[in-house]
Formats: sequence, C-alpha cells, structure tokens
Amino acid sequence: MAYLFQQALNALQLGSIYALIALGYTMVYGILTMINFAHGDLFMIGAFFCFLLAVYLKMTFVTTMLLSMLGVACLGVVIERLAYKPLRKAPRVSAIITALGVGLFLENFTLALSPYPKHIPSLLENFIWTVGSLSISSMQVLVIVLSLILMLVLDFIVQRTMAGMAMRAISWDKTIVPLMGVPVNAIISLTFAIGAGLGGAAGMMYGLAYPVVDPYMGIMIGWKAFISAVVGGIGNIRGAMIGGFILGTVEIMVAAFLPSTYRDFVAFTLLLVLLILRPYGILGKPQPQKV
Amino acid sequence: MISSVKIIYRAWLTCWHMLTNCKYFWPAVLSVGFAFCLAASVFEFLDLYLQLILIYVGINIILAVSLNLINGYMGEFSIGHAGFMAVGAYVASLLTVYVLPPGTSSVFFPLAILAGGVGAALIGFLVAIPSFKTRGDYLAIVTLAFGMIVKSVLENIDAIGGPRGLLGMEKLTTLPWVFFWTALSVWVIRNLVYSNFGRGILSIREDETASDLMSVNTRQVKMIAFVVSSFFAGIAGGLFAHALQFINPRMFDILKSTDILIMVYLGGIASISGSIIGAVIYTILLEIMRPLGVWRMVFMPLLLVLLMIYRPRGIMGLREARLFMPLRDVVTEKFWRREDKGADDATP
Repeated sequence: MAYLFQQALNALQLGSIYALIALGYTMVYGILTMINFAHGDLFMIGAFFCFLLAVYLKMTFVTTMLLSMLGVACLGVVIERLAYKPLRKAPRVSAIITALGVGLFLENFTLALSPYPKHIPSLLENFIWTVGSLSISSMQVLVIVLSLILMLVLDFIVQRTMAGMAMRAISWDKTIVPLMGVPVNAIISLTFAIGAGLGGAAGMMYGLAYPVVDPYMGIMIGWKAFISAVVGGIGNIRGAMIGGFILGTVEIMVAAFLPSTYRDFVAFTLLLVLLILRPYGILGKPQPQKV
Repeated sequence: MISSVKIIYRAWLTCWHMLTNCKYFWPAVLSVGFAFCLAASVFEFLDLYLQLILIYVGINIILAVSLNLINGYMGEFSIGHAGFMAVGAYVASLLTVYVLPPGTSSVFFPLAILAGGVGAALIGFLVAIPSFKTRGDYLAIVTLAFGMIVKSVLENIDAIGGPRGLLGMEKLTTLPWVFFWTALSVWVIRNLVYSNFGRGILSIREDETASDLMSVNTRQVKMIAFVVSSFFAGIAGGLFAHALQFINPRMFDILKSTDILIMVYLGGIASISGSIIGAVIYTILLEIMRPLGVWRMVFMPLLLVLLMIYRPRGIMGLREARLFMPLRDVVTEKFWRREDKGADDATP
C-alpha cells in the first residue's frame, strides 16, 4: 500500500510535468489550430537555460526559474514571428512541417553547441521526509506544488482576464474577432509566450528532478505531452491538465508493476484504445462535419 | 534574342512531348536505367560509396511516394511511416538470417522482401481500422502511436535482439534490385492514383462526407490506401536492412518518420514527381553537406523552414509532371488551366 502511495507521488510529479508541456500544445492548437511540434524542444531549451544560469551565473532557484521561463517565452515569440506568422494563410500541413523543421533546428543547434549530456546542480537542498514507510522528497513536493500554482495562474489568466477572454474568443471564431477590435497578432504572441514559458518551467523542473539534460530529451517527452493533450481533447486547457496526469499515472504504474521496458508499449496502447472509444479526447467536443 | 530562345524551347518541348507520348518511352527508360544499374554494380564503374548513395535515393523514393499516397492524395496526416518500415525490415531480415537455408538467401531475397512488405501491409490494415472513425489530428496520433508501439514491441522481444538490434544479413540489396523495387512502387502507386480507387482517395481528401454521399466506399478506399502505402514502406524497410546489414529498433523512431515527412512535403503533396524530386534532393543534399559535420543537421531544417515560408506547397505541390499523367488528364488539365486564365483576366 505504501508502495502504491509512493508510486502515486511519482506519478503526480511526472504527470504535472507532462501537463505543463501539454498546456503549451493545447493553447497554440486552440488559437491557431496548428500543432507546434517545436514545443518539446522549447522544453529542452528551458532545461538548458536552467543549466547555463545555474552553472555559469550561479543564480539562485527563483531567479533561475524566472529567467529561464522568460528566455524560453521570448524564444517562443521569436519563433512564432519568424517561422509561423508568414504561414498563417498557407495550408495547415506546411505550418506543421515548419514546426517539425524548427524543432529539428533547435535540437541539432543545441547538439552542435553541447554534444554531451549535462548535469544540473541541485539549486535547493533536498530534504526527505519519512512518513511511516513513505518517503517524500522536497523536490517532488516542489515540482507538484509549483506546477499546480502555474496551472491555477494560467486558468485564472484564461478565464478571468481580458487577454484570456480574447484568446478564447479567437479560438471560437477567427474572422469576427479582429473586427471587434481584438489585437489578434498580439494575443497570438502572448499565447506563444505563455505556452513556451510553461514549457520552459517544465524543462527546469524536469532538469531538477531528473538531473541530466541532453539535446534530444525534448523529443520523447514532447511527443508524450502532445499525446496527453490529445487524450484530454486538444484545444481544451483543462483537458490537457487531466491528460497529463493520466499519462503520468499510467507510465509510472506500468513501470512500477511490470518490467519498465513495457512502459511505452502500454502507454501507447492505452492511448489507442482511448482514441477508438472516444475519438475526440476526454473533454473534446466532436466537430460536426458539414458538406 | 529572347524570341529565338523561346522558339528553341517550344521546339524542344514539342519534341519532348512527342517522345514521352511514344508507346515505347517508358519501357526504354526503364530498361536503360536497369541496364545502367546492373552495369554499375557488376563492373563497378561507380565506386561503392556512390552506389550506396543511389541505393539510399531509391529507398527514400519508395518511402516518400508511399507516404504521399496517405498524406498527399488521401489528405490524412500519418506520422508513423517508419513503423511500417521497421516491420518490413525485421520480417525480411529474420527470413534471410534464420529461416532460409544458408547459401540460398540471395536466391530467395525478393521473396523475403515481399514477405516484409506483406507483414507491413498487415500492420497497415490494423491502422486502417481506427481511421474509419477518427480523422485529422487524432488519426495522426493513432499512426504515431502505432509507430511507437511497433518500436517498443521490437525492443521487448529478446529473441530478435531486443534493443541491441539484429545483424547477420548479407549485403543483398544491390543497385538493380533497388531500381526494380523503386520502379515497381512508383508504377503501382501512379496507376492506383489514376484509377477508379484513386479518384476515391482524392475525393476523401477533398471532403469525406460528400464522397461518402457520392457512393464512394470510403472504408474500402482507406483500407486500400493504407495497405498499399504500408506494403511499400515494408519493402523499403527490407531493402534498407539488407543495404545496411544491421538494424535496431531505434533506427525506426520518430526521427525517421520525420525524415520521410520532410521528403514528401519538400517535394510537394499529391505529386509523384514531387516525391521523387524531394527524396533525391533531400538525400543528395544531406550527402553533399556531410563535410559540415554536426552543423549539416542545423542547416537542413533551416532550409526546410525557408522553403516552407517561401513556397508553402513544396516544390511540386498538387501539380504533376506531364510524364506521370495519363494523356486524358493532361488534356483535361490543359482545358481547366485555360478556363482559369480566362477567369483571371475577367476579374479586375
């Protein structure tokens, strides 16, 4: 039983990282109906920023976190302006291919600059509390609590502020909203900035929790986060959070009770079954086909 | 000066059209190409490195053309093509390494490749089933998941090497064989696309519900498209395994699928000539940039992004070289082009 709780804690940790990344996918999808395949690599860049700031500039935890989120957010906006904006009227797949290209560029650029995996120093002292036979590390608690706070802030921004209202309006109807005086380009940039910033925060937390960063780490985690976004119903922000926690739980539980090499197999099979049962995700709404 | 160039170009074009309309054009091209490949591998007047590059070009053409059937002509977004390739590679290699009696594997090589294709086609059949209900991005995830599941299953079966991979294949993939399979796949897919079923595939891309109402059997058509596409991906996988003489599951991960996608979209969707051009350019450009080392994989995506920004449909997007079209389509397209021009002139 204690083992189960222990694994549940691990699942919450992994799930909150997946959920943070999935939010970036789902926000961009909701507003542009475009899959930003470079998002997993923004996550990787976030971990690398954290490494640079922590090792070379010797910054504290809070400044590292804020600066790496800010840096990745700026990078997200730059990518959107340079690579995706010219393609807004182009066919959808060309934007997707561009995103794949940007992702490959980020991976290989980082690889060319730093070919070896890097070790992130622990910025905070790691306590371990023991409750009964359960051991809880402060890092786990930190990751879970921080990501929950970030998600709550995001939910507040999207549901309660003018900018959030504009975002929801743009994802509702793209032709009418600009006529109502909503600055569409600024809102899209803001969406990219928030999504990328969350990805950067996730990168930093991942780097602290599993302290090795390498240029290709964004691929697998990015795809898995994308899968969680789809499981929750892509375009739906609360769905992305739920999907992230579901995927994290499934992966950790498979690794806990079956040989850990079956992890991907079971996770993807569950995804397939879920998509066959609910083709539009858990919270997604089926779009009616019109002729 | 310019007019004389124009006249020469016109004359050349007319000659070229006469040549391509000739009944013996394709048989002649194919036999000359096959003879060249045979001579190149027998007399070795091309060194082995160039031969290997040509082999990769051929394999990539098969992959790109077969993926174009789903992504270009049917308009779905499949990201798991490397998974089918992996199935083909493993089935064919297991046959030549373990099942076939030693010494005879070069005789039965085409059968092993064919078996790899059939194995991949079976998996393609399985992927086609969810495609009846799911569409668009969700179908993309289904194909992605299938690719990952294939990789993960291969990693977990220890009898075929698991994550260590499989080796012991002889170098059976020669240039003539690659030429043969490439020509076969291009021929089959081109004929499929311009057949009745092919019209069905195109109609699914334009509007699935409408084509269903127009009595296109969408399930059957999707099934055929997925099976044919994965069959040829499997064949390419078999050829790839026997050219490299070593495979492991990591070779067929998402990066490989991305490579194939890039070739298809570089060349342009729904165009066989585009896929051929895309595969050739991508493979050769990567080889030319080899001296750049790690930086070549930095410049390559950058080139792709620039191409997409300035030419979002790729090199040949939605157009087809006259060479690959049936004559009646050439005539129809000419007619419609003229109509379009008239419409453009009329609008201010």
